[in-house]
Amino acid sequence: MTLSVGRRGFLLGGAALGAGAVLTACTSNTPENESTGNGANVQQGGGDNAQPGKAVTIGFSAPAADHGWIAAISRNAQAQAGEFSDVTLKATEGTNDVNQQIAQVETLINDKPDALVILPFDGKALTEVGKQAMAAGIPVVNLDRVFDSPLAYRTWIGGDNYGMGVSAGNYIAAQMKAKGVSSPVIGEVAGIDSLPLTQQRSQGFKDALAANGFSVGPRVAAEFTVESGERQTANLLQSASKLDALWNHDDDQGIGVLAAIDAAGRSEFLMVGGAGSRNAMDLIKADSGVLKATVLYSPSMASSAIALARLIAQAKGMGDLVEREVPASITTFSAVVTKDNVDDYLSIGFQS
Amino acid sequence: MSAPTVTGAPVKDPERKRDNGSGWFTVDGRMLALLGVLVAICVVGYVTRPDAFLTQSNISTMLRLAAAIGVVSVGMTFVIIGGGIDLSVGSIVALCSVWMTTLATQSYGPGVMILCAVAVGAGCGLVNGLLIAYGRMVPFIATLAMYVSARGLAERISNGQTQVVRETGFTTPLRGSLLGVPVLIWIFAAVVLIGWIVLQRTTFGRRTLAVGGNPEAARLAGIDVRRHTALLYVIAGVCCGIAAILVVARTTSGASTNGQLYELDAIAAVVIGGTLLAGGRGSLVGTLIGVLIFTVVGNVFTLNNLETDIQNIAKGAIIVVAVLFQSLRVRRTRAASGRPAGVPTPAA
Repeated sequence: MTLSVGRRGFLLGGAALGAGAVLTACTSNTPENESTGNGANVQQGGGDNAQPGKAVTIGFSAPAADHGWIAAISRNAQAQAGEFSDVTLKATEGTNDVNQQIAQVETLINDKPDALVILPFDGKALTEVGKQAMAAGIPVVNLDRVFDSPLAYRTWIGGDNYGMGVSAGNYIAAQMKAKGVSSPVIGEVAGIDSLPLTQQRSQGFKDALAANGFSVGPRVAAEFTVESGERQTANLLQSASKLDALWNHDDDQGIGVLAAIDAAGRSEFLMVGGAGSRNAMDLIKADSGVLKATVLYSPSMASSAIALARLIAQAKGMGDLVEREVPASITTFSAVVTKDNVDDYLSIGFQS
Repeated sequence: MSAPTVTGAPVKDPERKRDNGSGWFTVDGRMLALLGVLVAICVVGYVTRPDAFLTQSNISTMLRLAAAIGVVSVGMTFVIIGGGIDLSVGSIVALCSVWMTTLATQSYGPGVMILCAVAVGAGCGLVNGLLIAYGRMVPFIATLAMYVSARGLAERISNGQTQVVRETGFTTPLRGSLLGVPVLIWIFAAVVLIGWIVLQRTTFGRRTLAVGGNPEAARLAGIDVRRHTALLYVIAGVCCGIAAILVVARTTSGASTNGQLYELDAIAAVVIGGTLLAGGRGSLVGTLIGVLIFTVVGNVFTLNNLETDIQNIAKGAIIVVAVLFQSLRVRRTRAASGRPAGVPTPAA
């Protein structure tokens, strides 16, 4: 008995080792024959600002790259810094632990960089450390998630959640009117409902539709994950046997939304995405399915944040503006990417 | 749908099922109560949306959505009956889904992708099992460690990105139908059936109950308790691997965000299904009904365009109502049959 178990155990162990060897080979994610590019968005400034100036060091801190958008934020920051011969970037390891991010920013402050770019995991929790940096004479560029107090940053740059909803709503309304649909059924797949950003997006969508005399019909909230997008959309499609349009807040979860639409075999409506992933843009360009447009919330703002931090550290203004200083607040525009203009935007599409 | 709640120590008596004299199936009060809850929710669904609820496509949508969490819950039932708990199932699903969809794995074709998911799941389960059975770690802690690290590894491998499956040899058959029923539902049904047979009709199943009910007695009865415990976690891991295949087929992608909160959903389904958290008693059919209850609730809420927060409140209420209702029924049945409440039914 003991012997047979031992032998069986040995064989199983051997098999497990073999399987392990095969599996290790499977973790590689390097494409074999395709050069996808990383989708990093870089842009050399124009005019005088493109000329190398005083050498500056910029510190960078962001949350963990646990989904496509944040991963693109970090990649863009690195790539943009690489474009400038006068910029040295000190990036910390991304973290979703607020205390760890505070500690990282404190370490950066101690290094006395010329500017800081911070995308806080939680704006409220990192306000104090932002103030600390400003008090130490280091200008802070606050990226996207806003600090609680203007004392904590020199300049804020971020996306426009309300504007995203407005862009999506206006585009859908225009399409409905062009098709002559009088009382369309318009669905919405939101992100996490408890987040202010989701509430703002939904409010903008609702307001824009209302301004056109339309309203939001069936609505579900997913969790920004592919799986939740698929689950919620599968149920939503059962609820509405006929849809005219659907807005999905986020292209990351959009992969799941599209999988659910495909599984249900539905194609009678047009869909608009959100954020602007490369995958979504490719689908819009191909024009082969329901996805006809996406409204931007582009991680290219990280590249801009680095460029702004450089200008601030070098005490320069923004070339085309008359102001001698970089503005205190910049909100990126949520453009609608459609088949007609997608080629202009492909380069800022991020890998979701 | 009803089946006996399996109880007690290992027995060899094949006539056990007739213990209440109610024929082929023992109609258990617990199970009836649970079925009642499911039927009640279905009635609400039908009354509020008669046009959409009982359609073939809606039923198939619900079962398709129940499949992944259902398969995970089958594994969870084994682990909990065996006296353990597995908090790592969601993370293992994430890791399997990522590992099976890397470009390298996809390049080997659908067979290797499926094998990879199952092997990774089994491997994670084996680590859990060895730590718990031979390393004498508390299941809560060992699987908590796996919960954290498996998702971390999934993020590392995928680089935080969603890996879309381009291998149509995988997606086409798995997203298709067989005899008018989606393949995903066939797989779900097969796993439940196999699980039921193993638990109800094999020595392995009897031993699982024995190990969970009283490990010391089981050891004295000649069962290798440690090896058996380790195997239960391997089963849970394999179920996670299968669930990952279902999730990847459903979403056409692998991501480290897959399987979020599966551990809680699975434990909730198992517990309202009448399985004792302390182990030693449980029912796979109960688990199945538990999974269906949660899936149908989600569907009914969306059909009526209600918000997620209300849905979560309702889920919590259902857990409480289902468990209370069951214990009431059981107490009444026990009182009627002269058995004290709360004492596990001795096997006949």
